[in-house]
Amino acid sequence: MKRRIPLAITAVVGIVYIFQYFVPHEPVSRFSDWFSDWFGIITAFAIWLGALNLMKLSLLKVSQRKKDWGYALVTIIGFATVMIVGLFFSRGASFQEPGTNFMYLYDNVYNPLSSTMFAILAFFVASASYRAFRARNKEATMLLLAAFFVMLGRVPVGDLITREWLSLPHWLWLSNWADWVMNIPNTAGQRAIMIGIALGIMSTSLRIILGIERTFISGE
Amino acid sequence: MNFWDKLMQIDRRVIFLFVVVAVTLPLFLDIPQKIIVSEEVERGFRELADLQPGAKVLIPCDYDPPSAPELQPMAVTAIKYCLDHNLRMIIMGLWPQGPQQANAAFETVLGHPVTDTISYNGKTLIYGRDWVNLGFQAGAELLIQRMGSSIPAAFPTDYRGTPIDDLPLMDGVQNFNNIDFVINISAGAPGIYEWVQFAVDRFGVKLFGGATAVQAPLVYPYFESGQLRGIMGGLKGAAEFETLVGEKGKATKFMLSQSFAHIIVIFFIVIGNVAYFASGGKRKKSE
Repeated sequence: MKRRIPLAITAVVGIVYIFQYFVPHEPVSRFSDWFSDWFGIITAFAIWLGALNLMKLSLLKVSQRKKDWGYALVTIIGFATVMIVGLFFSRGASFQEPGTNFMYLYDNVYNPLSSTMFAILAFFVASASYRAFRARNKEATMLLLAAFFVMLGRVPVGDLITREWLSLPHWLWLSNWADWVMNIPNTAGQRAIMIGIALGIMSTSLRIILGIERTFISGE
Repeated sequence: MNFWDKLMQIDRRVIFLFVVVAVTLPLFLDIPQKIIVSEEVERGFRELADLQPGAKVLIPCDYDPPSAPELQPMAVTAIKYCLDHNLRMIIMGLWPQGPQQANAAFETVLGHPVTDTISYNGKTLIYGRDWVNLGFQAGAELLIQRMGSSIPAAFPTDYRGTPIDDLPLMDGVQNFNNIDFVINISAGAPGIYEWVQFAVDRFGVKLFGGATAVQAPLVYPYFESGQLRGIMGGLKGAAEFETLVGEKGKATKFMLSQSFAHIIVIFFIVIGNVAYFASGGKRKKSE
């Protein structure tokens, strides 16, 4: 029973979702709307579950003085601060309004910290490009050339060089080369990947709906 | 260790230093740059420009602060264009931080905090009549699907808890049939992929997408197939959008930093390859 009920729910929901795409009318559409609403509710609970789980793990880490427990302490303090400020000191439901304490934290703590973390990527990309982009073989050389055209063609300096300084004809402007790389080889490759992914999703979905694939309920 | 070996093993801190200079120095320079507009931005903008005053534009902001340097200029320009041309905006987010980023973009356009009644270029704009912010709602692609059948069911209230029935702008907005255009600004999933698959393919929504430079190549097939009316890719796409709107904003300004940074990256790639071939193609472990 512990397995049959989840499998039955999965099968019913999956079949309804397939049908509603092709038959967007009553009663299929009504079921589809119900399931979408339920999914939203489950997702909202999942957010809470994730947050509480994070707190549980962090509290355990701090109480047992595990490795890097200091970071866990920062997580707990950050979580508690934002939640308390958001719930009790930020005009209730209007906590996202400009000028609230919650938005003060968002603008002056969360925003710069997360931007800084992401900005560090620029340094690692530069360093990694220097080490990784080597014309070791034919494939690597093609990748290198594509990177060259896109990186220079996607910024104004590329056209400045080919259009203004070298006065090359229109088809030799670097922006055109970058556009060609993006629109032709890139699109062809992406399309192939997307079709492959779609086929994989379809086959996996069918296996799940039919109850053949059971790993999602910790089955074999 | 000979000269070429040393060139192949430049300390990463040296590269970091060059990147710092390349990114920050241009912020203090004022070198005019010509932004050439690509077809994918031009076509999306033309669709937007074809809208009549009063048209309803849905702006899902599906990103957070880390992606803001690339995407925030798109949001700022889109909001400014809508305000200038009397297009009514319905802002929302599949990402929790999206609606707040939209509010920040709104503030940038106005130059002061957003209030319920604002004066803009001699016009009086009222929240609920000229724009609404529906906020974040969980559910990702299934939320988009739910909006296809009923937007009030997907968003019973706006971001501060006002019932959607109390917002005049939402009068008669039942589903995507009542939305004239969608500008989705996205940093990943859920984002453009989901909007194309669940709103465009299923309900025929007209979608103009803005994506980070990393994400943009992944969605190009949707532009080629016509599912996306236009695509803004990264800071360059944002700068092109600003050029078309006639607003020299942050994207245009930051293009100089990006140009310098790309030159530095290419410079080091060239050095690495020259040293690699000069040293006979030896593969060295650098760190």
